[in-house]
Amino acid sequence: MFSSRERTLLLCAGLVIAAGAIARAAEPGHYGYGEKATPGQIAGWDIDVRGDDGAGLPPGSGTVHRGAVVYAEQCALCHGAFGEGEGRLPKLVGGAGTLRDDRPELTVGSYWPFAPTVWDYINRAMPMPAPHTLSADDVYALTAYILHLNDLVPSAFVADRDSLPKVKMPNRDSFVWTDPRPDTMAKACMSACADPADIKIVSTAEGRNLTPRTTGPLDTMQPK
Amino acid sequence: MRSDLWRNWPLVSKLAGTQNPLARRSFLGLGAALAGSLALGARPSQAEPTPASPPADAPWSQSIGPGVVDRPYGRPADTEAGVIRRNVPWLTAGTESSISFSPLQDLHGIITPNGLFFERYHAGRPDVDPDQHRLMIHGLVERPLILSMKDILRFPQVTRIHFIECPANGGMEWRAAQLNSLQFTHGMISCAEWTGVRLSTLLEEVGVRKEAQWAMVEGADGAHMNRSLPLNKCLDDCLVVYAQNGEALRPEQGYPLRLVVPGWEGNVSIKWLRRIKLGDKPWYSREETSKYTDLMPDGTSRGFTWLIDAKSVITFPCPEKPLAGAGLYEIRGLAWTGNGKIRRVDVSTDGGVNWQGARLHEPVLSKALTKFTLPWRWDGQPALLQSRVIDETGYVQPTIAQLRKQRGSNSVYHNNSIQTWQVKPDGSVFDVQLA
Repeated sequence: MFSSRERTLLLCAGLVIAAGAIARAAEPGHYGYGEKATPGQIAGWDIDVRGDDGAGLPPGSGTVHRGAVVYAEQCALCHGAFGEGEGRLPKLVGGAGTLRDDRPELTVGSYWPFAPTVWDYINRAMPMPAPHTLSADDVYALTAYILHLNDLVPSAFVADRDSLPKVKMPNRDSFVWTDPRPDTMAKACMSACADPADIKIVSTAEGRNLTPRTTGPLDTMQPK
Repeated sequence: MRSDLWRNWPLVSKLAGTQNPLARRSFLGLGAALAGSLALGARPSQAEPTPASPPADAPWSQSIGPGVVDRPYGRPADTEAGVIRRNVPWLTAGTESSISFSPLQDLHGIITPNGLFFERYHAGRPDVDPDQHRLMIHGLVERPLILSMKDILRFPQVTRIHFIECPANGGMEWRAAQLNSLQFTHGMISCAEWTGVRLSTLLEEVGVRKEAQWAMVEGADGAHMNRSLPLNKCLDDCLVVYAQNGEALRPEQGYPLRLVVPGWEGNVSIKWLRRIKLGDKPWYSREETSKYTDLMPDGTSRGFTWLIDAKSVITFPCPEKPLAGAGLYEIRGLAWTGNGKIRRVDVSTDGGVNWQGARLHEPVLSKALTKFTLPWRWDGQPALLQSRVIDETGYVQPTIAQLRKQRGSNSVYHNNSIQTWQVKPDGSVFDVQLA
């Protein structure tokens, strides 16, 4: 294609043409508000890790064994001792082979397509009461432990910026990343669109006792 | 004080023992007060407790109310205290990572009042100090920038009306009719007038590098909630807003700064917005892989299903607002589409056998709620009410059966099916699904 110098020339030419064509088109720094972000400032907030290739994973590492220790301290209360979940709090383990079932179980092992996303999410949002407080090493260790609980890595696995992107998650290739909708081709028929005899109620919310009340104070739905 | 003298002047108020004749409690005490006034020989015209006023005046017509700034911010009438956001306790483990529903059954326009806008949190509601809040824009840009709220307020301002809908709205109804309530079947949608700066203005200011194709947007909440957005959407119509219905954003809605991505699923409109990073590929964050992806019956999943397809619902009558006997009614409802404007809404009272066009009410705005009505003479017989929207692309709102045929019933998100309300002869209304 073009060398970087040629690209710069083309870009400059483009800018000149654009500036001439639309007087209002703002060039970078047109308003001049705010301050330039320094590398140090950027590093402070630049926490994102890309799921499919692990871009952004920091230095450091963690073992499955260390992960078990951190998990017991930081995670087990909500996610269960072995990732089985607690009440309605999320399961992290299991569900392999259930995605076509009537009641599929979506967990890290059965559903998540990319291992680096596990590191990213623990690092950005967990543990829920004190997010973004774990060291990079401990996040690596937790990631290793959760992958191991799902039988995706051996007990000797060490998670780091090189090893995590190489973990092939079972559900990785099951995602379609382009939206196929519209997938219903409904027609706007106006009259005699169906045989009235075929119009039947097949389910009703009446009497199911699932609906909180919508008047008065908030409904906790606790047994009276 | 003079004002207190005036306030205390009316006899009824004095006898009721309150300085505020508009307070609800004074109404409750009214009977006793009037009985007392009789005993004291008050004029007979004041002694007839007729709830509907004529021919006597109501107490609030015979007194003076509290003055200006009695309620410096203002609030709804006490008798509207039940019109609130509500949650479904069994739906989530706690309220910090959860959702609440707007009371659509009590709303009459296309704008959701700020206190009733539905909430979705991933780590609770942060209370952000606007003086300390910053927006950083970096990655594949020419001039990485850090902007304070004061900086952002200086950029050219735009105001737009757009809905925001959680893609899980109606998610509990995929398998069957479950929740007998408009608030809980459809309340994960709200619509507001947003004011801020175009995201494209901010991106021009930092200078987008040629390789950039995607943006990662991230919140300052405890979940650092983040999503990937294609750059062309960012440059098209996205807004970085600080105001909602003319006042500062509510903390629940991202104060002091949020993104609004018109027509796309609500979770991409990142609240408490602190960072925008441009890159050449999407990030595949947890919120766009393990969540907000749609599981199909064959075990595959759809990702990046951002668009809100056209949807409509009848808001009157509904389970919360039944009919009171046969006669002439106005069926009322709301329609919306992420594809632009509403072209038409049809209403059926016989479960979809026959349809007639409803009247659309101005303004009909792109990616905003649109109101529709249709006069209806109810004969007191069982009825099955439905509404069906057609948007400006020609897309027709499907039935739940048509959706299930394509997607099964485990995809959680993007249930935009036609809602059926069953009207019984006593006027009560129920959430049902048809074959």
